[in-house]
Amino acid sequence: MPSTLEQRFQEALPKGLSFCSLRYSSECTNIVSVQKGVLQPIKEHDDHGLMITVHHNGGLGYAATIDDSVSGIRAAIEKATTWAEHSAKHALFSTDTIALSHPTGTFETPVQRSWDTLSLEQKITMLHDVDGRLGIDDRIVDHSASLMHVAHQSLYLTSGGGRVEQRFSFMAPDINAVANQGSQTQVRSFGSRGMSQQGGLEVLDRVRFLEAPEQIAQEAILLLEAPNCPTGTMSVILMPDQLMLQLHESIGHPLELDRILGDERNYAGTSFVTLDMFGSYQYGSSLLNVTFDPDQDREFATYAYDDHGTKATKEFLIRNGILERPLGGTISQKRAKIAGVANSRSSSWNRPPIDRMANINIEPGESTLNELISGVERGILMRTNKSWSIDDSRNKFQFGCEFGEYIENGEIKHVVKNSNYKGISASFWRSLSGVGNGDTFEVLGTPHCGKGEPNQVIRVGHATPACRFDNIETFGGAS
Amino acid sequence: MKQEYFYHISDAVQELCKAQEQCTLYLSAENSDFIRFNHAMVRQPGSVSQQSISVRLIHDNKHVSSTVNLTGILERDKAKLVPMMERLRAQLKIVPADPHFLINTQVTSTSHIDEPTTHSAMDMVDDIIEKCSGLDMVGILANGSITKGFANSFGQRNWFHTNNFNFDWSFVENTDKAVKTSYAGQQWNSQEFQKIVNTAKIKLEALRLPPVTLDPGAYRVALSPGALWEILEVVAWGGFGLKSQKTKVSPLLKLVEKERALSPMFSMRENTKEGSSPSFQSDGFISPDSVSLVENGAYHSALVSPRSAKEFGVSTNGASGYEMPHSIDVAAGDIPSSQMLKRLGTGIDISNLWYLNFSDRSNCGITGMTRFATLWVEDGVIKGPINPMRFDDTVYSLLGENLLGLTQERSFLLSASSYFERSTGSARLPGALIKDMRFTL
Repeated sequence: MPSTLEQRFQEALPKGLSFCSLRYSSECTNIVSVQKGVLQPIKEHDDHGLMITVHHNGGLGYAATIDDSVSGIRAAIEKATTWAEHSAKHALFSTDTIALSHPTGTFETPVQRSWDTLSLEQKITMLHDVDGRLGIDDRIVDHSASLMHVAHQSLYLTSGGGRVEQRFSFMAPDINAVANQGSQTQVRSFGSRGMSQQGGLEVLDRVRFLEAPEQIAQEAILLLEAPNCPTGTMSVILMPDQLMLQLHESIGHPLELDRILGDERNYAGTSFVTLDMFGSYQYGSSLLNVTFDPDQDREFATYAYDDHGTKATKEFLIRNGILERPLGGTISQKRAKIAGVANSRSSSWNRPPIDRMANINIEPGESTLNELISGVERGILMRTNKSWSIDDSRNKFQFGCEFGEYIENGEIKHVVKNSNYKGISASFWRSLSGVGNGDTFEVLGTPHCGKGEPNQVIRVGHATPACRFDNIETFGGAS
Repeated sequence: MKQEYFYHISDAVQELCKAQEQCTLYLSAENSDFIRFNHAMVRQPGSVSQQSISVRLIHDNKHVSSTVNLTGILERDKAKLVPMMERLRAQLKIVPADPHFLINTQVTSTSHIDEPTTHSAMDMVDDIIEKCSGLDMVGILANGSITKGFANSFGQRNWFHTNNFNFDWSFVENTDKAVKTSYAGQQWNSQEFQKIVNTAKIKLEALRLPPVTLDPGAYRVALSPGALWEILEVVAWGGFGLKSQKTKVSPLLKLVEKERALSPMFSMRENTKEGSSPSFQSDGFISPDSVSLVENGAYHSALVSPRSAKEFGVSTNGASGYEMPHSIDVAAGDIPSSQMLKRLGTGIDISNLWYLNFSDRSNCGITGMTRFATLWVEDGVIKGPINPMRFDDTVYSLLGENLLGLTQERSFLLSASSYFERSTGSARLPGALIKDMRFTL
C-alpha cells in the first residue's frame, strides 16, 4: 500500500463537496502454466491505481488514475467533480438522497502457506508433474496444468474520515485434458478454474489439486467411448461444479437489483424478477435456501466491506423457497426502496462499483449423495459446466456439462457424453426434490463473471451441495 | 500517452539490458470517458486514464515478462524499471529455454495517428439527452483515445493512436422489446446522430404491435449483420486459430479436416487493412493486410501466432496469442438489403442474438437467444415482435446447406466491448438469409 496516501488524499481534498471517496486498488497477478511438458510464458502483472468518486449538488462523477501524487489525486477530484456538476442536471437520481457511510475496518484473507513459500522453480516442477501425469494415453492430444495467484490490496478513504483496508489472496488452479479420436474431441478439466478459493498454497491441498490429474485424463478418455446423453424428460443430479453455474445464472443474476432497475438492459439484460415479488414469490421448492454469505473465510468473494464501504453480513436471499431479498448495494437499495446486501463491487480501480454477486451459496440439506441417486428412476448425474446460455431476463436457459453418468432405478449405469439440459428459471427451482448434506457441499468460485457498462469481469464464490431436480429436459450431441 | 514518452521508457529499458540480452515493450493505454444512461438520464459518468507496459527480457531463447502500470511521470516510471528488470533477470536464470519462442528480428516500424476529436464528451451527453428525450433510452457512451505501442532492442518502433466515440444504446418499448443501435466514429455529428435516432424510432413502431409467441421448430430467418457477428464471435473461440486446430479443440475441426463444408457463398477473412485494430501485435509481428480464413465455404488458412508458428513449423501471420480475428470481413452476397424482407417472405427477422455458446463443439453446434427487435414477418410484412426464443443449430447448417444468400451491402461495426480496456475490434458484414434455423425453447 503506498505510504502517506491518506495524507495525500487529505491534502488534495477540497472543501464543500457533499461526499468524496478514494478507492485505491493494487493487484499482483502471477500465472504459471505448463502445457504438454512445455513451460508457457510466465505472466506477471502489477496493476494498481485509484478511483475518486464525488457526490456534489445532487450529481455524481468518478475519475480513475494511476497517478497517486497529490497533484494526480487533485486532478482526479476536479475531473470527478466536473462530472458530478454536469450530471446533476441530467441525473437519474439525486445523490442528495443517498448517504454513503464513512466506515473504519480491516480484513485479511487467512493464509497458511503464502504464494512465496514455494519458489518459482518449485512451482514449475510441481506443474510439470501434474501436467505429465495427464498424458496417460495417445488419445490425450493436449493437456495442461496451471496456477493463478492474485495478491490484492485495497484502501477505501472517505471525506468523512472513513478508512477500510482489505488484503486478499486469491488462488485459481486449473487442469485440462483434451481427448481426441477422429473428429470427436472431449475435454475434461478441473472445473475450468471453478476450484478458485481465497487462501495461500493450502488451497491446493483443500481442492486436491495434486491428486486430480489421472482421474481427469481417464474421464476424458471415457467420454470418447461413451454414448451421447439421452434425450428425454428425466431427473438430473447436479454436482457442485455444475450447480454453481446454475445458481449463478438463474438465481444470482436475476436477483441483482440494478438489473431489476433497468441499468443493464442494453447489455447484461434485465430480470424476470420484479420488485413486488420480494417477500412472497415461490422461487423454488421448500428445500431451497440461498444466502449471500461474505463470511466464509476461504470462499472466493469473501470480504468485510463492499466498495461503497458497507459492512458485509450474511443474508438469506431465498428461505424455504420464498424470495426474500435482492442483491443490491446502498445506491440501488435507496433507488428501489428495498433492503439488499453489501454488494457494490468493482472489478478494479478503473471501474465504478455496481451491483454484483459475491458469495452466493445454497445451504446444505440432509440427503447423502447415495440417497439422491437412489431416488432417481431415470436420470443423469452431471459434473463441471462447459457451456452456458440464458436469456436476457434470466429465464430460458441451456447448460452443458463435461461429464455425465446415466442413472437407472437408483443406480449409476454408465458414463454419457455431451450432457445438456434446458429449462426455465421460474419453474426449474421448483422441481428441486433433494438437497445434499454437508458431505456433498463444496466451496467453489470463479474469476470470470462479466457484466456492466463499461464492462467488468469479477470474482464470485459459490458454495453448494449436490442437488436433484425432477422432470428436466436433457439431450446430447449429434451422433 | 505521448509517443515520445513511450520511446523514452523504451530507451530506459534498453539501457538496463545487458550484453546478449534483448527486450521488447508493448504499451496499452487509453484516456476514456464512460457515461452510463438509464431512462434517458445519466446513471454513472466518469473518466479513466490508464497505461501499462509489458516488458519481455530475452536471453539465449529464454524469456520472461512483466506488465506494470505507468504514471506518466518519467522519473517515477523509470524508477520502477530497475527493480522490474532485476526481478526478470533473476527469473531468467530459473526458466528453461522455450522451444516455442519466436522472436521478431525483422524491423518493421509503423505509425498510425488519428486526428483529435473536436467534441467533448459532455457536449455529446447534452446532445444525447436532448435527442432521446421522451424515450426510454439505456446504454453507454465511450469516448476518448486508445493507444498501442511496440518497441524492441532491434530498433523496431510501432505506434497506433486513435480517437473515437461509441454510443451503444437501446430504445426500450417494454421489458425485453427494444431497438439496439449504435453511433460510432471519430467526429460527433449531431445531424448524423439525429438520423440514426430517427431510424431507431421508426423501428420502435414495430415493437408496439402485439407480440408473437412461436412454437419450437425450424423457421426461415433473416439475420442482421450484428446477429451474424454474434455467431462468428462464438466460432472465433478457437475456430480460426492454428493451435486449437492442431490440438483438436477447434469447433471448425470438421471444416479444417474437410469432413464438412460451408456454403460456397460464404467467404471470410481477417481484414486488418480495413479494420480498426493496429497492424502489429504485442510481440511486434506485423499482420498482413488480409488473411483468408474460409474461401467459398472451404477452410483456407488459420490465424497463426508466433508461438504456434514455432511449435508447428509454419510462418506466423501476426495473430495475437489468442489467435482470434479482430477485423472480421465476410464477403457480400447479391441480395439488396432493401429486398431482404421480401426475400424472407414468412419467417423471423433477427436484429440481435444474445448469450451464444457451444452446445456441441465437435459439430460446431451453437445455442443462444433472440434479443431486442426480433420480428415475425409474413409475406414480407412485419407482423410484430416475437417473444425471446432459444435456437440450437450448427454453423454447418446455418452458414452451410441452409444459407440462401447474403446482402449486397455490408455494415462496418465497431466493437463496444470494454473489458479491462476499450476494444479496437471491428467487423464488416452482410446480412444473411437462412432457409431453416432450429428453435428449441
